[in-house]
Amino acid sequence: MRKVLQVSNLGKIHGNGCPRCVASTGPDVGSNICPHCQSVVANAAISFDLHAGEILGIMGESGSGKSTIVKMLFFDEDPSLGEAIFYDNGHQWNLFSLNAAQQRRLRNHRFGIVYQNPHLGLNFNFSAGGNIAERLLMSDLTHYGQIRERARDLLTRTEVGSERMDESPKKFSGGMQQRVQIAKALSTSPPVLFLDEVTTGLDLSVQARILDLILEIQQELGTAMIAVTHDLGVIRLLADRTIVMKNGRIIEAGLTDQILEDPQHAYTQQLVASAL
Amino acid sequence: MNSAILTVEKLSKQFFLHEQQAAIPSCAEVDLQVFPKELTAIVGPTGCGKSSVLKCIYRTYLPGAGRILYQNEAGHTTDLAQASDHRVLELRLRDIGFVTQFLHCLPRKPALDVVSEPLLLRGENRETARDAAADLLRLLNVPERLWQVPPATFSGGEKQRINLARGLISQPRLLLLDEPTASLDPDTSERVIDLLTTIKAKGVGMLAVFHHPELVRRLADRVVELIPQKTLCHE
Ligand SMILES: Nc1ncnc2c1ncn2[C@@H]1O[C@H](COP(=O)(O)OP(=O)(O)O)[C@@H](O)[C@H]1O
Ligand SMILES: Nc1ncnc2c1ncn2[C@@H]1O[C@H](COP(=O)(O)OP(=O)(O)O)[C@@H](O)[C@H]1O
Ligand SMILES: [Mg+2]
Ligand SMILES: [Mg+2]
Ligand SMILES: [Zn+2]
Repeated sequence: MRKVLQVSNLGKIHGNGCPRCVASTGPDVGSNICPHCQSVVANAAISFDLHAGEILGIMGESGSGKSTIVKMLFFDEDPSLGEAIFYDNGHQWNLFSLNAAQQRRLRNHRFGIVYQNPHLGLNFNFSAGGNIAERLLMSDLTHYGQIRERARDLLTRTEVGSERMDESPKKFSGGMQQRVQIAKALSTSPPVLFLDEVTTGLDLSVQARILDLILEIQQELGTAMIAVTHDLGVIRLLADRTIVMKNGRIIEAGLTDQILEDPQHAYTQQLVASAL
Repeated sequence: MNSAILTVEKLSKQFFLHEQQAAIPSCAEVDLQVFPKELTAIVGPTGCGKSSVLKCIYRTYLPGAGRILYQNEAGHTTDLAQASDHRVLELRLRDIGFVTQFLHCLPRKPALDVVSEPLLLRGENRETARDAAADLLRLLNVPERLWQVPPATFSGGEKQRINLARGLISQPRLLLLDEPTASLDPDTSERVIDLLTTIKAKGVGMLAVFHHPELVRRLADRVVELIPQKTLCHE
């Protein structure tokens, strides 16, 4: 299997930071706030790889630093520590040494993201089709007819329905808004997709259909995905491999069935036991 | 001369439950081999670690000590106790199948899709995969009216047949079976036995735990007996 992403010692510190931040935080001390300088170590020492076509789950309680990982990889936030290499068609991109234009290019062409909050992923002043067009315009497609055709296909594929193409997603249900975000993210056929709590807060039946859609996309397009969630059910359904986080650190990583049936860390055992 | 496709050496596993501060021994120093065209049966009383051995080989459980040597078609050997997660996923896709005791599957997919999925994941087209799934479901006596229904609502015996079909469809080189006929009626059991016999003759190596000693007599070429471990926790 082909590696698409290699993340090494990635970390994010909010605040001025001090030399003792990383050593003074984490699961051993049960906190992500540095007692010496009060900075928040959102996460640190994050290392993992992602292979083509696989879904990697990142789970852990709220505040454990999950979202910050995908935000850094999607260039929404600058990392304080570490590096990440993206392997693409024989090229290697050292993500955090790229200039702003190069980063924007990867964001628009090669990565996609679906946020928990649709306001972050969509512009509610545009129509559903307009949101997709916006992303396509930033990539290579500039022909009006082709863009509309592509938007129509994507909205049909994600079961939003092409007849709703010219409506604003403002009026859509939460599940529909997530589908528009997925359509937008997929519009440039990115090899890597980041999913941040995409089904959190939706009705169970709506959740189920979105998760099915994600699995279908993985099978049809072979998109590699990182799925961030605090929901064990989502992990069980989506992820081939899973990372467990606590207080900004990875405490355990393995095959998803192993993490769920033979968890090693006390915290993971507690998580799994409380979900039964 | 056939060489073993699986050689397990001194495999031990124990669970440590942090909350109870308890170590639970599961299996200890297990040695066994599986050969192509043969079935090795694991026997022993409940709780002696039979399922744990299968799960350690499939890496659903992390092996504690020992080696689990799998030899692929090209003659290359991998120690499954040490292999990377990606390597294990690769082998699960093409080489090693597991019919578990209980079905963990996607709740909302029609049975036919649940069964065909392993072939789709391997890149077969939908038509071929569906046909193969239909053949197996017919062989296993699953009524056609159930094929489009998600297995979540099925009876225990029906679920088990879906589970079996899903495990058999990808024609792995090494097949792990955990009580595959435990909740089947005698007629369906017979069909499963026929099917396993056929698959075995085609070259598949199997490692199995059976509910009934009679199945061991009929299907096993080798038998490995596990000795119960002393449990340190009370019950
Ligand atoms: N801009 C910020 N300033 C200060 N702290 C932040 C900021 N953004 C996130 N954090 C903190 O970083 C930690 C990790 O956040 P996040 O990655 O969103 O966690 P998760 O997604 O696991 O819930 C949390 O304690 C959060 O409060
Ligand atoms: N996931 C697990 N967590 C903790 N203990 C387990 C787990 N799986 C099995 N065990 C324990 O390991 C021992 C062997 O179980 P198992 O392998 O299921 O035996 P068998 O299949 O022979 O009945 C038992 O004591 C069982 O309780
Ligand atoms: Mg989050
Ligand atoms: Mg058992
Ligand atoms: Zn500090």
